[in-house]
Amino acid sequence: MEEKASVTKKYQFRETPKAVRILFAILKYAVLIFACLLVLIPLVVVLFGAFKSHKEFLTSGAFDLPTSLNFDNFATAFIKGNVMQGLINTGIILVFSCLGTVITGTMTAFVVQRFRMVLTRVVKTAFLVAAVLPSISMQVTVFQIVHQLGLYNTLAAPIVLYIGTDIVSIYIFIQFLNNISVSLDESAILDGCSYPRVYWSIILPMLRPAIGTVLVIKFVSIYNDFYTANLYMPKDGLEVVSTALYKFIGPYGSKWEIIFAGVIICIIPTLIIFLSMQKFIYSNLVSGSVKE
Amino acid sequence: MKNAGAAAVQKRSLIQWLKGYTGQKYLTTILFLLIPVVLLALFTVIPAVNMFIFSFQKRDQLGLNVEWVGFDNYQTLFTDFSYLSTLINSIYYFIGSFIQLALALFVATILCSKIRAAGLFKGIIFFPYLMNGVAVALIFQRFFRGDDDGTLNTILSWFGVDPIAWLSNKAINNWCLVFASIWRYIGFDILMFIGAIQSISPDIYEAADLDGANAWQRFWHIIFPGIRPIIALQLILSVKGAVSVFEIPYIITGGKMDTSTFVIKTIETGFQYQKIGLASAMAIVLLCIILIITAIQKIFFKEER
Repeated sequence: MEEKASVTKKYQFRETPKAVRILFAILKYAVLIFACLLVLIPLVVVLFGAFKSHKEFLTSGAFDLPTSLNFDNFATAFIKGNVMQGLINTGIILVFSCLGTVITGTMTAFVVQRFRMVLTRVVKTAFLVAAVLPSISMQVTVFQIVHQLGLYNTLAAPIVLYIGTDIVSIYIFIQFLNNISVSLDESAILDGCSYPRVYWSIILPMLRPAIGTVLVIKFVSIYNDFYTANLYMPKDGLEVVSTALYKFIGPYGSKWEIIFAGVIICIIPTLIIFLSMQKFIYSNLVSGSVKE
Repeated sequence: MKNAGAAAVQKRSLIQWLKGYTGQKYLTTILFLLIPVVLLALFTVIPAVNMFIFSFQKRDQLGLNVEWVGFDNYQTLFTDFSYLSTLINSIYYFIGSFIQLALALFVATILCSKIRAAGLFKGIIFFPYLMNGVAVALIFQRFFRGDDDGTLNTILSWFGVDPIAWLSNKAINNWCLVFASIWRYIGFDILMFIGAIQSISPDIYEAADLDGANAWQRFWHIIFPGIRPIIALQLILSVKGAVSVFEIPYIITGGKMDTSTFVIKTIETGFQYQKIGLASAMAIVLLCIILIITAIQKIFFKEER
């Protein structure tokens, strides 16, 4: 008797929320769809606008579909608007900075994490302190150094800055090294390996996942960075993607369809990379930041 | 002869020392750290020291007419309201980051429940985080355009609302910029919260299900306590973010119409007006604020590190 009562009680308990649960489910999807609309609406206008001619752009509504697939605006933005030049320069900067960061970052992390001596401790503390400094405000005085080194208006300026001021990567490498057993190094040394050899044949291959993380973070931050190039490479022909787009505001200020085409071109590489390695980006961005 | 012999012995022992593992350790350390330390010194240590020294000077970008002025720069900062007033705009972004965190937590909780096409929703909401900052700024310049062909005004006109001058109305323009900022960055917070929620053991959920917990109880008693440390950390970091806002207002409004931020003002003072001394003092003030926040963060998160 008592058992039956408890069963009905349980039954009732599960029955009542069922209607509520359906309502909840609808609400959940409504929230998500609303959020997606918020993301997509500003973008859809840009996509539609990029295919319209100047006249069409001025006369049609923002949400009207373009009458034809006209790629003229893309051509103008790509060549006259220097977006192509920007993509090339960004590519060069990306390759060299990523290479440089991986080499110097892993070497620093190896020495600092594996050798506990005064010198490495001092260096580690210096990097720790450096991470706190406000990066954009620092440019007020970094500028003079870059100028004195003769790097102003060269591609080398952002490259050395991206390599030299990247402290997050070193952290990620150190964190990762903490989990690689020292006994591996020791057995290699017993076999007669030198320390640089240990770094090259044992540590570097083991760090591969961490290198992946660093490369993702590096790509996102460099491709999207604006102020470094804006400050150190104002010369024509030295545009990166960001500054090429930024320069649209002047000459194309009234031609939004060309600005839109530029925006679309600039987003496409990011979109391709995101779609092709979505899971990798999710896990690496988060793990990279949590370890920061 | 005897001396040469001794030198030879010494030389050999030096080589041996280098070949031995202690020597090798030092050699490797110096070799490996050479480039990173030089770069650190050039682009971080020297500029930081310079920043401190310059903040007591009156100088231009080339450093030609240097004049020691003591605390004058700091005095200017704290008496001329036009500099520190830009810090007030940080409050908008700080409130914005509260809203951003709350919304992110809300969306992340939904995405972690049983949802079809969760990956698609997640992907769409996250993507703006990867987008180029200038592209985002241009998109929102158009979105908030004041005349009737701005995106937002077009939508509002369907409901019979007259065009609103979003970016030139001082009462709302900062909120518009905050909106753009949330639009860009919320995806990352959502991703992080999803990671944190998923790291809570599924056993706890099962136990809660057996006890008949509803969705709200589940959130309040399981999810929220599980990710509280991350929320607290994000709140502290968002203060740092709020005082360092630069890109979005710099490109969308150029810092005009009362939308300037402290960092924009610093860069303007340093590069447009060539007042390196004053700009350095501003950077030092920002550094002090950040140091205080970092200290608070270290005190609260000692045990977790």
